[in-house]
Order: sequence, then structure tokens, then C-alpha cells
Amino acid sequence: MALRDRPLSPHLQIYRPQLTSVLSIIHRLCGVFLASGAMMLCFWLVTAAAGPEYYAWSEWFLTSWVGYALLLAWSFSLFYHMCNGIRHMFWDIGVGFSIKSIYVSGVFMVLAAFGLTGLSWGLGLYFYFTR
Amino acid sequence: MSKFNLPKNSKIRKGKHHAAPGGAGGKTRRFKIYRYDPDSGDNPRTDTFDVDTENCGQMVLDALIKIKDEADPSLTFRRSCREGICGSCAMNIDGTNTLACTKPLDEVRGEVRIYPLPHMPVVKDLVADMANFYAQYTLIEPWLKTDTPPPASRERLQGPEDRAKLDGLYECILCACCSTSCPSYWWNGDRYLGPAILLQAYRWLIDSRDEATGERLDELEDSFRVFRCHTIMNCTRTCPKSLNPAQAIGAIKMLLMERR
Repeated sequence: MALRDRPLSPHLQIYRPQLTSVLSIIHRLCGVFLASGAMMLCFWLVTAAAGPEYYAWSEWFLTSWVGYALLLAWSFSLFYHMCNGIRHMFWDIGVGFSIKSIYVSGVFMVLAAFGLTGLSWGLGLYFYFTR
Repeated sequence: MSKFNLPKNSKIRKGKHHAAPGGAGGKTRRFKIYRYDPDSGDNPRTDTFDVDTENCGQMVLDALIKIKDEADPSLTFRRSCREGICGSCAMNIDGTNTLACTKPLDEVRGEVRIYPLPHMPVVKDLVADMANFYAQYTLIEPWLKTDTPPPASRERLQGPEDRAKLDGLYECILCACCSTSCPSYWWNGDRYLGPAILLQAYRWLIDSRDEATGERLDELEDSFRVFRCHTIMNCTRTCPKSLNPAQAIGAIKMLLMERR
């Protein structure tokens, strides 16, 4: 029988999600999402350069609820991508491949990403309200 | 391009229910098993089997043999050594790839779901077509390659230190659990060699007696063959022999970088 006639065994549908694969796909999704954040950053800079009446568009969007939610998500994605990127660099020099290291560094990385997001927003809000 | 859905001819239908012979006892467990009959032309299905585990060995393979023996003799799977050294009974059990013969039933909670190795063409039931996997193994030329003549009247010797470098590599039984757990291998299995084959490639790269290291690295120098590894690490997580293919791939990447 020809190979193409054979059914393909199930994969994503049945494979148990686990820390290894879940952290990896979140890294990929954060990367893609950050690309849209880079476009927003460009838009923000262009409107700032174009003058006050254009900058008001950015101001309006970014200070809306949707804007704040996106900024929160972008900042978390940035820290997640950065922390996991550092984890990848250790693998690139051959360190941290044991299952125990993978799990410990994975949990630590997620906590660090949440912590840094909280810290940056905390500092931002602190300076906003005390200026 | 990655296709995340199953093709039309691979969609899984609801299958038959086989009750335990003699009725359900106290230790009856439910098995959901992937079935595909190439002769019928029907789509694959999942059959349900109730098995009395009181009168059954403790491993998943024991239960499969009991089902084949007592409930449905057409149930098809590979098995040979029943002690984790031949790699024949590699399959997806309870969501991860492992060897049915060394996976205790006690480790599975609730229903025991059994599928063939993921993202492989299915020959029948739990038997996957391994042709591509073996072709990739052939590609890395897994044998000692030398230019120098062997020493007269004895084999090529290797010191204990060099021999120790092969530990954690030579134990691989090529069951393909790791390769078929790897999403990168699922999407690019035609061009990416996958963890099992790369672990084997590394086994020959660091063998002190092998003299074709440069040639072997040339073969791997490609954006797909090695570098589709994105260090997801499902391979190391699932290896039934507790080996570390991800680490071997990391070492190959470093060898490739060092010589650039």
C-alpha cells in the first residue's frame, strides 16, 4: 500500500502537555506577539514625531482599557521572552540539560517573568502617582 | 508547512466496546486503544476494552497481550523482548511515549489510553511505519569509519576515559519514543533528523576511534538536519531509557559552531 494512503497517527491531539513543551510554545507565542508590540512602538514614535495632534491618537489608544491590557501583555511577553532567552543561552553553552535542571530553571524563569512584570508596573505606577 | 489537524483519512471515529469476559470484577480497568484496519478502508477508531487486571501481569504490554489473547485476536502491536531492550513496543501510553513492556499499569491513573507513536504513518493498529526513521539512521552512517589501517593482530583500543564518553549514548535502543515526542520532528520530520538519530550521530562523532568526524559534521551542517531542534526537551522527558538526546544535540550544535 502506498505510504500516502496510510493514516497519520494522532499527535497534538493526544500528547500530554508538559512543562517542556508548554513553556516552549509560550516562548514562541510571546515572540510573535512582541512583533506586533514592535509595530505599536513604531506607531507611537511616528505619531510623537509628527506632532501633538497625531500623538493624541497614540495617547487615546494606549490609555484606553484595551491599550493598558495590551501594554501589560506586551511587558509580560518581553520579560518572559528575555528570561527564557537567557535559559536558552545556557543550553547553547551546554549547561542545564538534566530533567531536574529543565524543571527548576523553567519554574524559576516563569516566576522571574511575573516578578519583573510586577516590578516594572509597580515602579511605573509609583512614579506616576508621586511625581 | 505545519499541519496541526489530522488529515481526513486519519480522523478517529468511535469504536467498539469489548466488555471483560466473565463480567466486571473489582480490579477491572478500562483501556482505550487506537485501531486501524488497512483492509477495511475505514478510518481509524478507538476501541474500548475492559480488562480484569487481577489475572494479568503488571505492565501495559501484559494487558495488551491479554486483550489479544482473550478479547480480540486481531489487535496488532510489535513486541519482542518484554524487558525494555529491543524497543519494539514503543507507543503512546497515557499521553507520553514509552515502552509498553516497562510501563507499569499502576503508573496510569484512570483509563489507559494507548495510541501508536505520534505523527507517523500507521500500518495497522499500534504499528507505525518506521521507514523514514530508519532511512535517517542510514544517512548518518552509524558505523566506525577510519582511514588508518587497524593495528596488527588486535582491535583498535580505547582508553577508559574515551570509553566513558559513550556512556548515556550507546544504551539507546532506537525505539523512536523521543523522535516522535518532538513537535519539531512532527512538523519537519522529512528534513529534521530528530533526537534519536542525532543522539546516534553524536555517539559516532565523539568516538575516539572514529576518523570521520569532519565528514560527519559536514553531513549535519544544514539549517534543518540539526538546527530544527528548538530545545523543547520532550525527547529527554520521554526517553524510556532515561537518556538525554537534547544534551547530545546541544553538543553537536557546539561542535558545529566551534569549527566555523
